[in-house]
Amino acid sequence: MNWNKIFALSLRHLYLIKGSFPRILDLIYWPTIQIFLWGFISKFFTLNSSFYENTVGIILSAAILYDFLFRSSISYNMMFLEEIWSRNFTNLFIAPIRLSEIITALTFTAILRTLIGLVPAALLAIPFFGVSIFNIGIPLIFLLITLYIFGVTLGLLVTAGLVRFGPSFENIAWASLFFLAPLGCIYYPIEILPVWLQIIAKLLPLVHIFEEMRNILIYDIINYFQVFKAILISFLYFIIGVIIFYLSYSGAKNRGTLINMGE
Amino acid sequence: MKLKVKNISKKFNSLIAVNNISFEIEKNKVMGLLGPNGCGKTTTIGMMLGLITPTTGQIFINGIVLAPKNRIELLSLMNFASPYIELPKKLTVKQNLEVYARLYGVKEIKQRTSEMIEDLNLQKFLNKKTGELSSGQKNRVALAKSLINKPKLLFLDEPTASLDPDIGDFVREYIEKYKKKNELTILLASHNMKEVERLCDEIIMMKHGQIVDRGTCDQLIKKHGRENLEDTFLKIARSKNELE
Repeated sequence: MNWNKIFALSLRHLYLIKGSFPRILDLIYWPTIQIFLWGFISKFFTLNSSFYENTVGIILSAAILYDFLFRSSISYNMMFLEEIWSRNFTNLFIAPIRLSEIITALTFTAILRTLIGLVPAALLAIPFFGVSIFNIGIPLIFLLITLYIFGVTLGLLVTAGLVRFGPSFENIAWASLFFLAPLGCIYYPIEILPVWLQIIAKLLPLVHIFEEMRNILIYDIINYFQVFKAILISFLYFIIGVIIFYLSYSGAKNRGTLINMGE
Repeated sequence: MKLKVKNISKKFNSLIAVNNISFEIEKNKVMGLLGPNGCGKTTTIGMMLGLITPTTGQIFINGIVLAPKNRIELLSLMNFASPYIELPKKLTVKQNLEVYARLYGVKEIKQRTSEMIEDLNLQKFLNKKTGELSSGQKNRVALAKSLINKPKLLFLDEPTASLDPDIGDFVREYIEKYKKKNELTILLASHNMKEVERLCDEIIMMKHGQIVDRGTCDQLIKKHGRENLEDTFLKIARSKNELE
């Protein structure tokens, strides 16, 4: 692993963010809108639902965590799509940089893009709705790590698709997270799902993360076994994502799609 | 740096894009790769850059076979420029050169980028976004990127396509000058026959994925009884059976 090359690729994306104010605004805008929307819904539920009684901010906290997952994945995809949109794909893949270095660079840079978007939104939730995600305490770090690994994994799977099928796979990039959201039990307990879907949902780390978030905020307890199970599941998916990315790259070299890839 | 291509073929499903071609480029020589559109030039270059896996055959760079295990080592000695691929449009020229210098592991980044900036007259638009440049300016920046790592082997795909005669001449002259000062082997794919005559020591003519002729410009012109390389190209490209 050559950290100078990883830094170089990260630098390319940092320059991109730094050079455009509308781009920074765009990163902040959507999470903020999301937080305000769910903030008002959350406020309504806490006033009218017995389940959420005296547990102000559960939905809003879930929305912030889900948005963290969403932004990590989208950030990862966006950086890869930037290479396709700017027709820089061939230049990147003929540079002496390993796939593992590309994955590492995108993974590290995606966290920055995610935080630029989400930190202002999470801070705004405190004065506007009296909800602080930081109330989760130390376990928040583990929940965020798990969500980040899973978000990056989803990003990795989409980029594998982009390498394999070309820019036409772009639409899947936007749809991927919405597809998993119902199974993630973000805003409701897993018992809401039919039994057969519960089995599938438990294979995803999201259910464990959001269940624990609710346990902390409603009952003030945490089951670290569930948290580490979620980290383990996310990490397992990440490894699968890396393998699929390598296979896609190899397949793209066989089909000759790496040369001249662009819009 | 010597390049040797041995019996490479590339098949995409039922289409044979490159059919069992072999050639060698000696160190410090310029080889022209000519042929009509769709004859397999880009696929051939793609295979030499490690972007396309050959169906059969091998590519040797200085006697070392191009394989996944030594891909990084060999790619750091090569580079590529083509008007059909671009540098990140939203980054300035200076930022792009810095990023690519780092990606290629250039040691003295500031010194090397300054050399390229001065040599190719990039000063005036150094802080402009690459996407805002004219074709000629973009072309010079792409050339700077392709030489940033002082490559020993350079692939140029139509380096002067869509340039006005003045800038086209500047680029050709720069390549000539650069080659005189530095050890550099070049594979040049071009449809500009005057450019090929001026820069290339030897030429390969491709058609339908195969090499149909090779030699120096003079040898090919003489062999086909034509007056210049353009007419020779047309004769080979339009011939039906005699050369296939």
